[in-house]
Parts: sequence; structure tokens; C-alpha cells
Amino acid sequence: MSTIEDLKTAVINGRRKDVKTLVPELLESGIEPAALLSQALIPAMGVVGERFKKNEIFVPEMLVSARAMKEAMSVLEPKLLEAGIRPEHTALIGTVEGDLHDIGKNLVATMWKGAGFDVVDLGVNVPAARFIEAIEEHEPHIVGLSALLTTTMPAMRDTVAAIRDAGHTSVKLLVGGAPITQSYADEIGADGYSRDAASAVDAAKAALGV
Amino acid sequence: MKYKTLAIADPAKLIYGVAPRPIETRHGMRIGGGLIYPELNFTLPDINIRKEAMPEIARHYKQIVTEALERAAELEAPGVMLEFETLPPMTEHPALGMEVVNILLEGIERAHDKYGLKATLRCTPNDNREFVRPPLMRSGRYWDAMLELFDQSAAAGAEFLSIESVGGKELHDDALVNGDLRAVLFSLCVMGVRDMQFIWDHIVAIAAKHGVHAAGDTACGFGNTAMVLAERKMIPRVFAAVVRAVTAVRSLVAYECGAVGPGKDCGYENPVLKAITGCPMSMEGKTAACAHLSPMGNLAAATADLWSNESVQNIKLLGGMAPTCYMEQLVYDCRLMNTASAEGEASALKMRDWLVKSDAGLDPQAMILTPESSVAIAHAIVESPSYYAAGIAAARAAVKILRETSESGCLRIDSREAGWLDRMDDELDDMPDTEDAFIGEMMEEVDLEKFTPADYGLPTPVSA
Repeated sequence: MSTIEDLKTAVINGRRKDVKTLVPELLESGIEPAALLSQALIPAMGVVGERFKKNEIFVPEMLVSARAMKEAMSVLEPKLLEAGIRPEHTALIGTVEGDLHDIGKNLVATMWKGAGFDVVDLGVNVPAARFIEAIEEHEPHIVGLSALLTTTMPAMRDTVAAIRDAGHTSVKLLVGGAPITQSYADEIGADGYSRDAASAVDAAKAALGV
Repeated sequence: MKYKTLAIADPAKLIYGVAPRPIETRHGMRIGGGLIYPELNFTLPDINIRKEAMPEIARHYKQIVTEALERAAELEAPGVMLEFETLPPMTEHPALGMEVVNILLEGIERAHDKYGLKATLRCTPNDNREFVRPPLMRSGRYWDAMLELFDQSAAAGAEFLSIESVGGKELHDDALVNGDLRAVLFSLCVMGVRDMQFIWDHIVAIAAKHGVHAAGDTACGFGNTAMVLAERKMIPRVFAAVVRAVTAVRSLVAYECGAVGPGKDCGYENPVLKAITGCPMSMEGKTAACAHLSPMGNLAAATADLWSNESVQNIKLLGGMAPTCYMEQLVYDCRLMNTASAEGEASALKMRDWLVKSDAGLDPQAMILTPESSVAIAHAIVESPSYYAAGIAAARAAVKILRETSESGCLRIDSREAGWLDRMDDELDDMPDTEDAFIGEMMEEVDLEKFTPADYGLPTPVSA
């Protein structure tokens, strides 16, 4: 008989086909969807994230696991919603106006999803007004802002200021991107900074105090 | 495909400063004619680029051109290429871009009058077409504004026109992070090639109209993205190396359409293109660490005709403003290499081989760009009947080089990466026989929300 541990291992190893059969089997055996999420999927992605952080695996290998988790979530998500269970944290993420780079932003979104966050990706070249509109719509706990150019750093600064000026003072703002530093994050009033995708979950948790 | 043979078939002839098809500039630089020259590229510190900020922006560019060219003259540089790579608002609003073009051209003429310095300008409008999603590749205001800036800058006196075009990038970023060679081939050799043919016909026509040079493109957004991801340990270096080999097929199209070089600095695939076309090439390496890190800081210079710094912000360093400091570094690098050349072919080859050997064995991405590897990949490309076949052939040649040099102990490959050579071989073995079959398969797999097939002359699948 399959166990939660089997599901965790299948996600770690990126075995989507196994995940596809294991999830219904475990649900039929009476295990709650929330337990599969909290005891198999999120810990599995935690292991994968750690391996990536330690340079034991590459992004393509991490994404195979992420796709396996997505496979599981396609079954679990409706059941979780039905039971009134929502992700503990909602995150918005986007690349600031004038900047089209999205690889780093996408990887951070993947890492956050792996940690169980509900992630709303606003894409690239996102004006401050769009961030504010999305904050009002989704009421996130955290907003990730990305910039890869020195010349779009001012847009990041402006976006942080606009979000605060709009009265969204409690949402945590996390910034990142090649030219961004901790001191720049401090200077523009961000709540956190992540130097790379691998550290993004830790940075988000630190900003949220969890 | 136009090129059926190599302009440089002997790796010993693939060397810095010398190209079979040199180019003469108005002030008398002969690029590829025996000397390697510095090419300086620069950008702004964090400034919000808009019309109201133009006085401050203009001050930056005046300072850059004045101080950097003064230093080049003091160091007796035999000539200098300046590259103005526009920032997005400067292409979107050509009047902003042209203000800078004119500042740089005036600076070049001033330096010529004052010091007798031979300098010239490459104008590289950035490709804004992806600012709308999915990108509008063949029409729309971004396309129109980009052509306008090409036209106006050529009319004003920019002698070289280049671009870092983005056709195919819609799918390529995902292909890289997924380690998906099949999708890389589709992005570069199906989408990329078609876009290059479209855009370069226009650039060549503009250059001809104004009597300037259509220089060349770069697969920077593809190969260098792979290189930076590999440098950050996100994707395997062997994969990035194979991607680099495939990028040569895409970048080659500019020359088939009539570009004459010098190829753009960030095209690390340029040694392969030099072997095929005989056109001079710009390269960047250790002196581009201000912009990004690379594993071939020395090797990149081995076959270069211009030696560049990629891009540096106009910020103050202890030695002076950063562009001036980088000008000095470039001039000294070129001076050393030109001194070796002046002592004869044997000395030049010795210098080249030191540049190559100091990097090649330490990283797969360096190994596939040695003169021998570049010629082997170039051969694989020109012997192929189509761009699709050329992409596969370039990838196979790169995997073969990596495997053989690793097995012979000439190349160090991380143990985590060894399996990727087999994985890539397997993917190449599974490729369909024809491009039509490949397109048919891929159009059923790809995310059609990311690009517009008609903009690439591709059929929209029935299922869409």
C-alpha cells in the first residue's frame, strides 16, 4: 500500500506519472488533501529547494519536481477549495515597468509555489498602478518586485513608493534582480531582498516572520 | 543557406585582428586589416529615462565620449569604435536616441580634430518589439520607431548598424530553464532564423540607403542568457555550450542578408561566424566583467577584431569615470596583442594560443569556441542543407567536441554534468527528419499565447 512518503519521493524525483496514480490512491485510502499537501508536496519541494540551493541539482531538475507537484495540485486544489482551505500566504510577483526580464521572476514564483504560497504572476513591464490594482484585488501578504537593469531600478523605487502611498503599508515588499542589493532594498523601503531564486523562500518567510 | 564553404577553413588562420573581409571606416580604421581595436560600450547609472531628464542624460553621454576618447588618444590607440546601445525609451522615442547619437558623433569628430584620433560609431537600437505580449514582430509602433532610429542614426553618420534582436526569445527562456534542446532548436533555427531574415533585410536596406555598414547581430538574449544561467549554476555548462553552438545558425542569417561585420561584441558565437563569413568580429571577455561574468575571459579575444567591454555604467571609480577606466583596459589589451602581431605571424599565433589555452580546458563553453572547435562547428553548419539541419549539426558537433575533449583529459566537466551529454545526444537522435515535420510537431506543443505564428511565417495549428 502506498504512503505519503511515496508521494513525497515521487515529487522529489519528478516522477509525474507516479504522482498521477499516487494522489487518487492516497485520497481513496482516506488521507485528507491537506495532509498530502503539508506532509508530502511542500516538504518534497523543500528538499528540492535545498538541493538546488546547495548546487546539487540544476533548475531543469527542480522544474521537473515542480511539474510533478503541479500534477498533484491539479487534483488537490479543487478539493482543498471545496473544504475551505486556502493557502496560508498569497504572493504577487512581477517585473517592474520598463523591464522585460522574467527568468529570475519566474523561478522565484516557482519556488514560492513549491513552498505552498498562492502565487499571482503579473508578468513583466508591470506599471505601479497595476501592482496596486492587483494588491487590492488579491490582498497578498507579500509582493515580489524584480528588475534587471540599472535604468529600471528607479521604476522599482517608484513602485514601492506608490504602493505605500496608496495605503498598502502592511503588505511585505520583497525585491530582487541583478543590480539590486540589500542596501538598495533598505534605501527604497522594501521589507526584504533576495539575492537569487534559491533564497527567495527564506527571504519571504523572514519578511513574513514565519 | 547561402554559405557553402568556409572563408577560414584552417584554424591556424582564425586569429585576432585579421579577417578576410576587412572594413574601412571614414577616419581610416581598417577593422580586420591587421590590428585589433577597442570597442567601448557604456550605459547610464540609475536614471529614469524620460524627456525631462534629457539634460542630465546628455551630460552623462558628453562626459563619456569626451573623457574616454581623450584617454584613448593619450594612450595612442590606433582607433576606437564606440557602441551606443540604446535603452528602451530611446528606441521607443527616436528623438531621445538621436540626441545621444549626435552627442557621440560630435565627440568623435572633436577627438579627431583635436587629437587625430580615428574613431567611429556603432548604433545599436535595442529591440523593443517584445514590449507587447505576445510581441508584434513585423508591425506596430515599436517596429516603426526602431526602423526610424536606424534610419536617422545612419543618416546622421553612425557608420555601423547593429541590433540584439529577440526573435524566438518568446520560447527560448523556458527552453533554457527546462534544459530542453528541442525547444532551443525551434526557438533559434525555426523562429529566430525567420525573424532574422525579416529584420536584416530592412537593416541592410537602410544601411545601403545611407552608405553605411549593416554590421551584425548577436544571439545575446539566447546564448548569453544560457551562459549567465550556467555561471550561476542554474543550468549545466555543457548545455549552455551546446546552445552557444546552435546560436551561430541564427546569427549567421544577418550575414546572409548582407551584413558585413563587425559582428556585435556580445555574440560569443562570433568565431564560428568569422570562420564562415570572413567578416571581422567584435568580442568581449574579461573586460566585460563589469556587465556579466564569463568562463572565457581570455579565449574570447583570440579571434576578435574589436575588443569590447559589453557595457559599463557611467559611475565614478577611483581611476576616473568607469567608461574611461574601461577604455584604458581595452586599449592596453589591444596594444599587447598588436605588439605580438607586429613581431610576426608566429608571435601572433603564440599570443592567440595562450589566450585559448588559458581558458579552454576549464569550461565547456570555452572549449567549443577554440579556433579548432569553431571551425568544426562552422563546417557542420555550412555542410547542412537547411537551418534546421544546421542547428542539429552544430549541436551534434558541439556534443562531440565536449565528449572527445573530456575523454582525452583536455576538458574538465563537472560530474553532475556528464549525463547531460547523453541526454542531448538522445534528444538529437529523436529529432524529426525534416523541418516541416518538426514544425508540425512543435506547433502542437508550444504555448501559442507567447508568440504569433504568422509573425514568423509559421502556420497556426488546426487545434488552436
